[in-house]
Amino acid sequence: MRALTALLVVAVLLGVVWLGAGVAGWHAFFGVAVPYAAVLIFLIGIVWRVVTWARSPVPFRIPTTCGQQRSLDWIPSSTLENPHDGWGVTRRMALEVLLFRSLFRNTRTELTPTKRLVYESDRYLWVAALAFHWSFLVIFLRHLRFFLQPVPQLVTFLESVDGFFQLAVPTLFLSDVLILAALLYLLGRRLLNRQLRYISLPADYFALFLLLAVAITGVLMRYVTKVDLVAAKELAMGLVTFSPKVPTVIGTPFYIHIFFVSVLFAYFPFSKLTHMAGIFLSPTRNLANNNRKRRHVNPWNPEVEVHTYAQWEEDFHDKLVAAGIPLDKE
Amino acid sequence: MAEKTQQELLQIRYTPPRRDWMDPSVDFEARRGSWSYPAAGKNLTYLGFPNPREWSPADEDWKLPDNWREIIYEGFRERLKKFRSLRVFLDTCVRCGACADKCQFFLGSGDPKNMPVLRAELLRSVYRRDFTTAGKILGGLAGGRELTPEVLKEWYYYFYQCTECRRCSVFCPYGIDTAEITMIARELMNLVGLNINWVMEPVANCDRTGNHLGIQPHTFKDNVEFLCDELAEITGLRIDPPINKKGAEILFIVPSADYFADPGIFTFMGYLLLFEHIGLDYTLSAYASEGGNFGLFTSHDTIKRLNYKMYAEAKRLGVKWILGGECGHMWRVIHQYMDTMNGPADFLEVPKSPVTGTVFDHTASTKMLHICEFTSDLIKNGRLKFDPSRNDRYRVTFHDSCNPARGMGILEEPRYVLKSVCNHFYEMPDNTIREQTFCCGGGAGLGNDENMEMRLRGGLPRANAVQYVHEKYGVNLLTCICAIDRATLPTLMDYWVPEVGVSGVHELVGNALIMEGENERPTDLRGEPIGDKEAASDV
Repeated sequence: MRALTALLVVAVLLGVVWLGAGVAGWHAFFGVAVPYAAVLIFLIGIVWRVVTWARSPVPFRIPTTCGQQRSLDWIPSSTLENPHDGWGVTRRMALEVLLFRSLFRNTRTELTPTKRLVYESDRYLWVAALAFHWSFLVIFLRHLRFFLQPVPQLVTFLESVDGFFQLAVPTLFLSDVLILAALLYLLGRRLLNRQLRYISLPADYFALFLLLAVAITGVLMRYVTKVDLVAAKELAMGLVTFSPKVPTVIGTPFYIHIFFVSVLFAYFPFSKLTHMAGIFLSPTRNLANNNRKRRHVNPWNPEVEVHTYAQWEEDFHDKLVAAGIPLDKE
Repeated sequence: MAEKTQQELLQIRYTPPRRDWMDPSVDFEARRGSWSYPAAGKNLTYLGFPNPREWSPADEDWKLPDNWREIIYEGFRERLKKFRSLRVFLDTCVRCGACADKCQFFLGSGDPKNMPVLRAELLRSVYRRDFTTAGKILGGLAGGRELTPEVLKEWYYYFYQCTECRRCSVFCPYGIDTAEITMIARELMNLVGLNINWVMEPVANCDRTGNHLGIQPHTFKDNVEFLCDELAEITGLRIDPPINKKGAEILFIVPSADYFADPGIFTFMGYLLLFEHIGLDYTLSAYASEGGNFGLFTSHDTIKRLNYKMYAEAKRLGVKWILGGECGHMWRVIHQYMDTMNGPADFLEVPKSPVTGTVFDHTASTKMLHICEFTSDLIKNGRLKFDPSRNDRYRVTFHDSCNPARGMGILEEPRYVLKSVCNHFYEMPDNTIREQTFCCGGGAGLGNDENMEMRLRGGLPRANAVQYVHEKYGVNLLTCICAIDRATLPTLMDYWVPEVGVSGVHELVGNALIMEGENERPTDLRGEPIGDKEAASDV
């Protein structure tokens, strides 16, 4: 049901752009106004989001330690899983952000018929997540070809690696295959795993459908309907140089694609997709476990009521005397 | 509660029910055995906490203040501004489900709201509806829920069903820490008087007498003397530990259960023998007579309030530094909160072992050392004389306690100590120890009797792992460095693996220490015959 709601929203979006750009021919609106607005919303939104996070202080140093602490010289400490300094934190964060270290730990637990709990390593989610995110990054970087003149070497290099297998004409990009496979796996998992289906919200499905819509329209344009690449680049260059021109020959599929991309951009800062930025600010990961060595300061450290020794001694005076425990005041 | 049989408890289904999780209703009457009694009014009154009253979660009317919703909203808003963790954790969850089967309460109960992701969603759904733009416009479609009395009751049920063990945060790709969510949810509930007595009574006791158990100074002294009598009987040595002694070099603070009840008292006897063995200049304090801090299960302000005594007493007595005993959440507080809250401890010196001369540089600011760090250093430097065969009747495994493992990373020190003092040590399976360790099921104030069913369920993964090493290696002793473990694991073992006992690490140290001038020991610290190697091979 929640999945259907999300699918319906994506279908409505498709209808909007089909009617608007395809039937009514509002090319300037969908080719220029919408992308500009989306990027603007994205930039303002993500800055606002990060600033909101950053404005709340980190009152306590609360890293989740996943390995041996640094204590005695002769006990090797786990600098990656339990970093004690900034360099360790940098490496821990790099592992999290680039390789999804924590997800790599994932296990699946089963209760056997003999009532034993069994834990098995379960890396499917980790593989799919890596495949999706890295493909997305590669595809994003490949798209710089449309926005930069001359095309940077990095982009042509990426293309040559990505299209290494030269399987078809035009060259089949590995990233295109991987992103579709990964998204379908993530969606299938959400729909078929009953625990996951139980916790999933419409927003969880919406993000997947939207990304699928972006990927599918892109793939269709490249391999099936064929878009006029020169016209696409003309439009893209016009956008980035703030002198937008709307080519006439570009075709509806293109507008559908950039409309979905625009929706993704505009939706990003207000959704769970902000985990991309949030991971950097997660206090259980981005702090060194040097708590007892360096004092962490809480900017709002409150005054609290306490029961002082003097009060305590007064409360228990006679009993202290009887027990022969030394007093401050005789 | 009529205790359920193992077979009944083990009817666990991980498949979620048909009922949507957004439906908040909890039938407290039907779920007796899985919630804790509310705080008695007198404890809240003593502490100056809001809304003291007599009530029961099974009642329809929870006697909330009329403006409870405004109070919660205001408290929520304030905490969003104070804690980046809260904001980031509420905003970034993608519901990937990696945490779902990592919580021992989910594994033991199958209740989907014990999946960490859903536990957080209970709070997150309210946040979404009332504190985010999308939620304000789209409401339920954006995953928002209105804060109704039923939602509040659901919070009470599930946030007092989380032991703040942080296991889920090890597996979360963004490090979302349900302990942080639970701590703040409990703070919010405290604003309208929703708390449990097994937390608030210790808090009130601790503030008043100096320790959770409410032991007054003369009884404190009696208890310590009683344990010294026991030691004299076993070893023939008369030990007389100083109490509130000014000018001692070291202030030693332990969780109060260690001088109160079996099996913690055997650990305490171990500490005393160790200090006697090395001739340590230390003092106990009847005022700072609690290492633990149930403030951690109440609110950040309460942590600070209770923790105040440690530094204050160290200053008053003029000690050089502080040594802390075996306790789990105590060390979360000391390691991650104390210095920030009650520091700087600039009146103390960086801990230095008077025996080995080792300077414990990693505690340079807090000036507080864990006893396992202290003992490890002594052993490494060859300063302790052991006869490990005195522990030969035990086949030992080690339960990493949640807080020392995931809030500190003290994994090797206790193992090093154990392997030095006993001959038979076996690890439980990898997925159940170190940073992946499971909770005993009774942490964070949930170790009370009325919550027994949920304790036994939550303790199932731990018990299962113990059962594994019991059957495979004949393990008959589960050691730990946590007073709550020592209080709750015996119950858990009695139920699931009755052949296995529970002890602290320093109990075994005490057994093995060869003391100068001691008798041939007839028994170990718990009065069991020494050298009864038959017993070990029997199991």
